[in-house]
Amino acid sequence: MAPIVRVKELTKRYGGLVAVNDVSFDVEPNEILSVIGPNGAGKSTIFKLISSFVKPTHGEVTFKGEVISGLAPHTVARKGVVRTFQETTIFKGLTARDSVIVAHHLRSRASLIGFYLGTALARREEAEFGRSSDAILEFLGLGEVKNEIASNLPQGHLRALGIAIGLAANPQVLLLDEPFAGMNHDETNRAVEMVRAVRDRGVTLMLVEHDMAAVMKISDRIVVINFGVKIAEGTPAEIQRNDKVIEAYLGVEDETIGL
Amino acid sequence: MTIARVAAAAAFVLLVLVAIPLAIAAAHRTDLYYTLSSVALLSIASGGVWLTFYIGRINIGQGAYALIGGYVSAVLVTTYGWSFWLSLPIAGLFCALASVVVGLPILRLRGVYFAMVTLVLTEVARLMALALAVTKGAKGITSIPAPGAISLFGLTLLPAFDTFAERNLAFYMLSTVMMILCFAALYRLVNSRLGQLFAALRQNEELASSMGLNVPALRVLAYAISSFFGGIGGAIFVAIAQSIYPSSFTVNDSVNFMLNCFLGGLGYVFGPMLGTLVLYFGWDLLFQTGEYQLLIYSGVLILLILMLPNGLFSLRLPSRRGSQ
Repeated sequence: MAPIVRVKELTKRYGGLVAVNDVSFDVEPNEILSVIGPNGAGKSTIFKLISSFVKPTHGEVTFKGEVISGLAPHTVARKGVVRTFQETTIFKGLTARDSVIVAHHLRSRASLIGFYLGTALARREEAEFGRSSDAILEFLGLGEVKNEIASNLPQGHLRALGIAIGLAANPQVLLLDEPFAGMNHDETNRAVEMVRAVRDRGVTLMLVEHDMAAVMKISDRIVVINFGVKIAEGTPAEIQRNDKVIEAYLGVEDETIGL
Repeated sequence: MTIARVAAAAAFVLLVLVAIPLAIAAAHRTDLYYTLSSVALLSIASGGVWLTFYIGRINIGQGAYALIGGYVSAVLVTTYGWSFWLSLPIAGLFCALASVVVGLPILRLRGVYFAMVTLVLTEVARLMALALAVTKGAKGITSIPAPGAISLFGLTLLPAFDTFAERNLAFYMLSTVMMILCFAALYRLVNSRLGQLFAALRQNEELASSMGLNVPALRVLAYAISSFFGGIGGAIFVAIAQSIYPSSFTVNDSVNFMLNCFLGGLGYVFGPMLGTLVLYFGWDLLFQTGEYQLLIYSGVLILLILMLPNGLFSLRLPSRRGSQ
């Protein structure tokens, strides 16, 4: 099958700093692909480039053969590539349910004026989005807390809410930014199940993540970035054996002073 | 719940349009018509500012749009002989258009940066009014005729304001009816899906845009509606005063529009109405304290904002829903 997302020779410079340097990889439909690397390696920048929050200095990202880099972020989302953020960046002041309803906006066919006047179409959509939101919240185990203000929710629920918001936008490709950060073992296991369940709905998933155990468990393939350069790509088993990766994470022996 | 709301709205309309005029007539305090008209118009402009707060922007530039709206109406009525009634929506639309042009670049800014740019806008509008030929510079535009009659197919729907025995009552009715319409529109807006999108914008623009919301367009839409309110308020104000000068709306007014929102409460649609009423009369009542007026006024404001961060409305509505 043709790759759903292709990252080609992607480069991003900030002044003299090269955050991402000539990175290329493909994302296959319905796989879970993780992008890992030490802090500051450029993983998040790659996510920003794919979701088109920043424009590449060189190279491009294609989605189903169409170039999406350089488009407005909401246009990229509309095409089906949706990015979620770390847990601290949600709609804090809205209830969980309202947040998910808002994220349904992409599916809306009513006009803004229709929203205002409450036309039949807008009202039908509102009912439909409400039902769909309830289903998504239930699916991610948030049914009990759906009327809570998001900022009052505990960490685990916030993370799930982030995914719920992403799902509501009906993505074909969902980019999850550190979905397991700050979770304990049990929470991580639950979140891993959640991500798998999302994949089973036919969504292609890309993750930026630090939790190696979770990454190894969940990923079909892994791309490793260090200093903005792709140093390895492969299955979890291949990555675990890769010398360059071990070096990047642990440092070569003569550099590990004082350890 | 909804029945209670409809009843409350009906009671408010009756109070404003029937009870207050009757009370004023009984007390022979017809000067209050002018004062209350001002409060109504200022609260329309403040309502616009409130909407920009709603999308997460501090707007200290509403004075600019009140001034622009006033001038548009004044010029159309005096120079081109338009009816005031036609000039009123045009003034609002002109402000909305101007705010799209201004808003597209400046709405990219946030927080104090946006606030500072808007603060400059009022001054820019004043200087333009001084410099342009159509606005007649510092002399301003005076002797603006009062609103004429509204006729449809030869049938007079509303007589000319000059024919009223109590002209200020006519202006009071015009101002308060407009206020009620504007706030009803604002209430509907905030409680529609559009309002939900605006709230999402306030919470997190990145996430909203990642979910496919056209954030720049929605921001500018909110700002345009806000400026429309400013223009409408300004245009009616000018019709009452029958004159407009570059100094009719200054930076002080812009700041007051913002304070009205703070005082009434940013979480409540009707907050700006209450805030405007209290601030306007509060300032007047303190007049007797002479040189201490500003000191007491500022002190009380600081205390109020410290003790009631959610505004005066939060006194009556302690919490909408328990968070536990």
